[in-house]
Amino acid sequence: MNERNKDALRGVVLDAHAVFTVREFCSVCDVDQPLIQTMVEEGVIEPLPDRGQLTFHGEALLRARRALRLVDDLGLNWPGAALALDLLERLERLESIANR
Amino acid sequence: MKFRDYYEILGVPRTATAEDIKKAYRRLARKYHPDVSKEADAEARFKEMKEAYSVLKDPEKRKAYDRFGADWKTGQEFRPPPDWERQTGFRHANMGGAGDHQGFSDFFETLFGGGRAGPGAFREGFGGSSKGEDVNARIAIPLEDAFHGATRQLSIEVPELDDQGRYRHRKRTLSVKIPKGIVAGQRIRLADQGGPGIGAGGRSGDLYLQVDYEPHPVFETQERDVIVKLPITPAEAALGRTVQAPTLGGTVDLKIPPGSSSGKRLRLKGRGLPGNPPGDQYVDLKIVLPARIDDKARLLYEQLEKAERFNPRASLVT
Repeated sequence: MNERNKDALRGVVLDAHAVFTVREFCSVCDVDQPLIQTMVEEGVIEPLPDRGQLTFHGEALLRARRALRLVDDLGLNWPGAALALDLLERLERLESIANR
Repeated sequence: MKFRDYYEILGVPRTATAEDIKKAYRRLARKYHPDVSKEADAEARFKEMKEAYSVLKDPEKRKAYDRFGADWKTGQEFRPPPDWERQTGFRHANMGGAGDHQGFSDFFETLFGGGRAGPGAFREGFGGSSKGEDVNARIAIPLEDAFHGATRQLSIEVPELDDQGRYRHRKRTLSVKIPKGIVAGQRIRLADQGGPGIGAGGRSGDLYLQVDYEPHPVFETQERDVIVKLPITPAEAALGRTVQAPTLGGTVDLKIPPGSSSGKRLRLKGRGLPGNPPGDQYVDLKIVLPARIDDKARLLYEQLEKAERFNPRASLVT
């Protein structure tokens, strides 16, 4: 392994295998826990089932960050952001099928 | 430094009311928001709009900005007036202050980056600390890199604080590990590689790197599954033969069952992209003929035609 490879940064792939505790989730999104709770209650994100404590996978993290931006930038409320995300994700799935 | 015409960016006249400005911003934001838009330059354009809106929606900032008058145009060489702070109360430098405009231009930073000064005036962000800007980037990798894992270099633009406490955008080159089995469209989070934290104890932002595949001449993908079209001869299709088929892991021997039609799909379990579980490779057979059939082959086909009792269109006959 050369010098460059040794110094290469290793990140975390934000997929279903990446698991975040609620504390980590808050820190990465830079928000407080009650806001995460609101996002869960409004159906923006879903926690992982049956883990004793509130945990989320990497895709939920991407969804939460996207929802936060939509709420901040477009003035949406949480149910509106959840709807926008559902529709965007459906659109993206259809586009990826259409592009095959 | 280049002047920015914030009215032009939002597409409103200089006489626009606060309500007009808000409406114009919302309409443009729905069109160019990077989470919604398919426009190639959506992220950059949206940042510009956000910056313009942050100035024009704030009566104090708008009043200060309006001092420049209508003669200034976007892109004109600009130097901030020396008495700017005395005249408007806005500071040039931000002393590590406000946090929500790290993605904004040097033009903005110079005029408004330091917030307001003066007795009783609110200094944006002063004394507080907050997380630096998260940075989004994309990289296209060859499919082989996703199969084997790789280290890739990439250049990103990240805001940094200069000596005077102003944010400047600097190009930074990073070396990033692409993990084996990454799926097109997935994102890698690189902690602390975004913009600098604000104030004492402010953490750095993160870098979110979206990974896509470059188009591949041989393989297509669906998530972790790999698909290849494999050309075979009519004889191989009819008689069944073992042929060589490409996979990302190298060439493998593939048994074609006798009587295989074009379009038949064969599965090589676990030969797709690595993962838990790994993807499969699908081989779609495609019977091909040479452009010119020689006399010997023609004779044999004619014999076959006479001998064969097969009507592939039987089900179409009404």
